[in-house]
Amino acid sequence: MSVDEKTVRRIAHLARIAVTDDEVGPLQGELNAILAFVEQLGAVDVSGVEPMTSVTPMAMKKREDVVTEGGRAADVVANAPETEDNYFLVPKVVE
Amino acid sequence: MNAPVDPKKLIKGGLHDWEVIVGMEIHAQVSSRAKLFSGASTEFGAEPNDHVSLVDAAMPGMLPVINAECVAQAVRTGLGLKAKINLRSVFDRKNYFYPDLPQGYQISQYKDPIVGEGEVLVDMADGSSITVGIERLHLEQDAGKSLHDQDPTRSFVDLNRSGVALMEIVSRPDLRSSEEAKAYVTKLRTILRYLGTCDGDMEKGSLRADVNVSVRRPGEPLGTRCEIKNVNSIRFIGQAIETEARRQIAILEDGGTIDQETRLFDPTKGETRSMRSKEEAHDYRYFPDPDLLPLEFDQAYVDALAQGLPELPDAKKARFVADYGLSPYDAGVLVAERASADYYEAVAKGRDGKAAANWVINELFGRLNKEGLSIEASPVSAAQLGAIIDLIGEGVISGKIAKDLFEIVWTEGGDPRALVESRGMKQVTDTGAIEKAVDEIIAANPDKVAQAKEKPTLLGWFVGQTMKATGGKANPAAVNALLKAKLGIA
Repeated sequence: MSVDEKTVRRIAHLARIAVTDDEVGPLQGELNAILAFVEQLGAVDVSGVEPMTSVTPMAMKKREDVVTEGGRAADVVANAPETEDNYFLVPKVVE
Repeated sequence: MNAPVDPKKLIKGGLHDWEVIVGMEIHAQVSSRAKLFSGASTEFGAEPNDHVSLVDAAMPGMLPVINAECVAQAVRTGLGLKAKINLRSVFDRKNYFYPDLPQGYQISQYKDPIVGEGEVLVDMADGSSITVGIERLHLEQDAGKSLHDQDPTRSFVDLNRSGVALMEIVSRPDLRSSEEAKAYVTKLRTILRYLGTCDGDMEKGSLRADVNVSVRRPGEPLGTRCEIKNVNSIRFIGQAIETEARRQIAILEDGGTIDQETRLFDPTKGETRSMRSKEEAHDYRYFPDPDLLPLEFDQAYVDALAQGLPELPDAKKARFVADYGLSPYDAGVLVAERASADYYEAVAKGRDGKAAANWVINELFGRLNKEGLSIEASPVSAAQLGAIIDLIGEGVISGKIAKDLFEIVWTEGGDPRALVESRGMKQVTDTGAIEKAVDEIIAANPDKVAQAKEKPTLLGWFVGQTMKATGGKANPAAVNALLKAKLGIA
């Protein structure tokens, strides 16, 4: 599997990473090197093997349905570049 | 899916008849105190960002921990939809960028949802019913809310809703008209409300629908569909489908083709329009969320939840028909809301089921609708209505007087039995008094008496006169019997 230039641009856009024209070529090479490296795993026969989801056999932890958090709006918005009345302000996004 | 096409459901185009095919994705907010993966409150209407934990705000290093009650609610809903419950399901990340999605992905379930195939039986107004297949139900996080009308250049983002648990319930494309689609959502909402797994409040956004619409000539393969996003009332669902179907028909009859796209329904303009910005977002790059292990439970857990389920609308309806002798239609009206069904049962207990249904549906619901009241706010309690029905059954008051009594209880309250006494509403069963009134009327109308011998339907006129003379309080059965005897009508 390998990616072409168009795919590199598309992935970058979906990830909201600004990639200049000069960077596309080198990035394509790097990505394809990574893909080729990962592709070596294809040599291993994993038929009948369950995908591993955790290195230790454990069940997912669950929480009780109890309200334990909240009431800290000022903290939540503290890092935002722009706020008003504890709302985050962002450039207008409207359909 | 290839059942014979009912011509009544077809839409007439300029050139042909068209069949509309609808499938729906319903987003139902799970009733729970805390969010799906955090301990922040789900309560509606808080101050901005007040019900937000650092998990919901996607602060670095925060880890999601699933709310066990949300899992139970999803399983209950699956059971209510007669669906397969998957003992193992997986949470995935659905990646897209939007200001009200701080994580940059929504935790959802993609390949392995918690609930698989099920079905919903939907009763139509004409007495027919359809079965709508459920493809799946999965758990996912709701997004935050953006306000666009506060400022000319800025959107305001509130994350209170961010991370609240949603059940996405996906139907098969089994719906063939806007009427069926509306009836399906209505029924689904009823089931959710019975189960207590979603309050179904569409005004607050607890229940939202994405509607997939395509059209085809009957018998042809499925056409290209468009998805209408976020329709938030049952009425708008109907309008959106009609509008979109006509738009597609116009394009196809002009020789054009339909582009598969996401559209938005604008109820004020009565049109759907393309949401181009959503198109590229369709590349969601799902992958299993590495922060969450697979969700696993055993059959015993499912069985225990099944044990605790309430009687659901279909079962209740069948029981009302069997136990109270109601028509399927009346039973369906009564079970549409659990509170209505409970009210009815309180009235019907130990009484004539049909009489109770008539009073609840015709008098009570009629009056509640007129005043815009819910059953919970009814000024007439089930005990009061029951007492009115008892008074009719005992022959103390006539059906007509009972309606007056109902009106008094509605506006003034009080014990119906005591009211009948204090207001002198008791029916006159004393034959002597009735006979006197009958004799007077017969004496005053010799011509009508003669006619009545030829035309027995005139009896009704005499009954009316007698009732009038007795202020409506004469026992109608006694009046009838007396008049028949005196007029010589068999």
